[in-house]
Amino acid sequence: METGTSRVKRGMAEMQKGGVIMDVMNAEQAKVAEAAGATAVMALERVPSDIRAAGGVARMADPTIVEEVMKVVSIPVMAKARIGHYVEAKVLESMGVDYIDESEVLTPADEVFHISKNEFTIPFVCGAKDLGEALRRIQEGAAMLRTKGEPGTGNIVEAVRHLRLINGQIRKVQGLSKDELYNEAKVLGVPYDLLLQIHETGKLPVVNFAAGGVATPSDAALMMHLGADGVFVGSGIFKSDSPEKFARAIVEATTHYQDYKLIAEVSKNLGTPMKGIEISKLDSSQRMQDRGI
Amino acid sequence: MQIHCAAGFSFVKEGESVMKIGVLALQGAVAEHIRSLEAAGAEAVAVKRVEQLDELEGLVIPGGESTTIGKLMRNYGFIDAVRQFAGQGKPLFGTCAGLIVLAEEIEGQEEAHLRLMDMTVARNAFGRQRESFETDLDVKGIDEPIRAVFIRAPLIKKVGKDVDVLSTYNDEIVTARQGHLLAASYHPELTDDYRLHAYFVDMVKEAAASKA
Repeated sequence: METGTSRVKRGMAEMQKGGVIMDVMNAEQAKVAEAAGATAVMALERVPSDIRAAGGVARMADPTIVEEVMKVVSIPVMAKARIGHYVEAKVLESMGVDYIDESEVLTPADEVFHISKNEFTIPFVCGAKDLGEALRRIQEGAAMLRTKGEPGTGNIVEAVRHLRLINGQIRKVQGLSKDELYNEAKVLGVPYDLLLQIHETGKLPVVNFAAGGVATPSDAALMMHLGADGVFVGSGIFKSDSPEKFARAIVEATTHYQDYKLIAEVSKNLGTPMKGIEISKLDSSQRMQDRGI
Repeated sequence: MQIHCAAGFSFVKEGESVMKIGVLALQGAVAEHIRSLEAAGAEAVAVKRVEQLDELEGLVIPGGESTTIGKLMRNYGFIDAVRQFAGQGKPLFGTCAGLIVLAEEIEGQEEAHLRLMDMTVARNAFGRQRESFETDLDVKGIDEPIRAVFIRAPLIKKVGKDVDVLSTYNDEIVTARQGHLLAASYHPELTDDYRLHAYFVDMVKEAAASKA
C-alpha cells in the first residue's frame, strides 16, 4: 500500500475534470458551492479581487476558515500557500487539506524557488502561463496545472492567452525532430525528459484547468472549448449579484460547453457579473501572473 | 500501446460484433474510461444526452465527484433514463463516484442517486486525499492481482443477498457485482491494466447475446 504516489496525486486531479472549483471565504459559501455542483472548493480569507483592492501582503488563510470549510462539505477542499512558502504548505498538509494551490494570488515568499512539491503526500496545483513554466512546475512535483489569468479582474483575456500559448507550444514540440528537442529544452528552461514526453504524447502529463478572470458561464465554456480540463472560479461567483444562480450556471455551462442554447438559457437574468478590470490599466507591479515563473 | 492481457480473457474475436459502450460524461475521468474500453475491444462514446443511451449496449459511470455527477444526472433526466436502461438488462459499471451513484443507500445522506445496486456505501471512507493510496488487489474472476488506485474512495459497507463480493481490502468490500451491475471503489481507468474493463465488456457481450 502506497500513499502520495504521483498516480494518486495526479489521479485526484483527473477526477476533477469537467468540473468547477470555486473560491469560498466561509462555511456558508462552501455549502452554496457544493449545492451548486462544485467539484471542489478553495478556502480563502479573501477572494482575489479583494486582495487586489486591499493591497499589502496576502498570506495563507487563517486555519480556522479552512477547518470550518472542511467541516461542512464532503467535496475536496483546497487552500492556497504563498509561492515558495514550504511551511504554509506543511501547515495546510497537517490540517488534511486535499490539495494545495501554490499561488501567485498571494504575495510570494520566495522570488527564486518554488516549494519542492515532490516531498509532500498531498498534491499541488500551480499556475503556468507557458509551457516552460508548466514543465518546471511538473518537475517540482505539481500534480495539476492551471492558467495564470490575471486574478480578480473578471477579464478572461489573460487565461485565454496562456491556454492558447501552452497548446500552441505543445503542437510545436510535437513537430520537432529529436535533435531540435535538446535546444528547445534549453530555450524553455525545462528538463529534456519531460519535453520528450510532450513530444511523444502531444499532451501534458497532468490536467490543466482554466483560472483567472472567469466571470460568466460563457467564459467558462470558452475555456473548455479551448481545451481546458475544467475551471477555477475565483471572485466571479461570490462577487456577483446572485452567487447561487451564478454558481449553478457556471457548472452547467462547463459540462455542456458545446450546447449554446443551454448556455443561453442558464445565462438569463443572472444579474450583474463582477465589474472587472481592463488589463492594460494595471501597472506591472499589480500583475500577479508575473510572479513565480 | 501494450495491452495487458491475462489468460482467460479474450478481447476481440474474429467475427464477433464490437460492443458499443457509453461513458457518462457529465463530469469526471471520462477520457480514461474511453481509452480503457477501447483497449478492451469495445467501441466507446462519451454520453452527455439521454437520447444517446438508445444506441448503447452498456454504460460506465466514471469517477469524479458523486455530488456533482448525481446533481447533473438529476438536472438532465439521467436518473430515470439510466434506470430504464438497466431495466432492459443492459450492464452498468460504476467506479468510485460511479459506485456511489449506483448504490441503494449512502451512509449519512438522505438521498441516494440511481438506487440500482442493493448495497450501502460510505463516501470518503478512507479519509481525505492524504490517505489516498494504490495497492495490488485480488479480484474474483481475474487471474492475477490488479493495481487498484483508491482516491478519496468509498467503501461498500453492506450488500444484499443478490450481490456477489468480488474483492475486499482489509476485510472491507471494494468490488461487487449484482447480475449485470458492476461496481469498484477504485480507479481501474487510471492504469494500463485493462482486465477489469475486459471483464465488463464480457458482461456486455453476454447481456447482448442473451437478448438476441
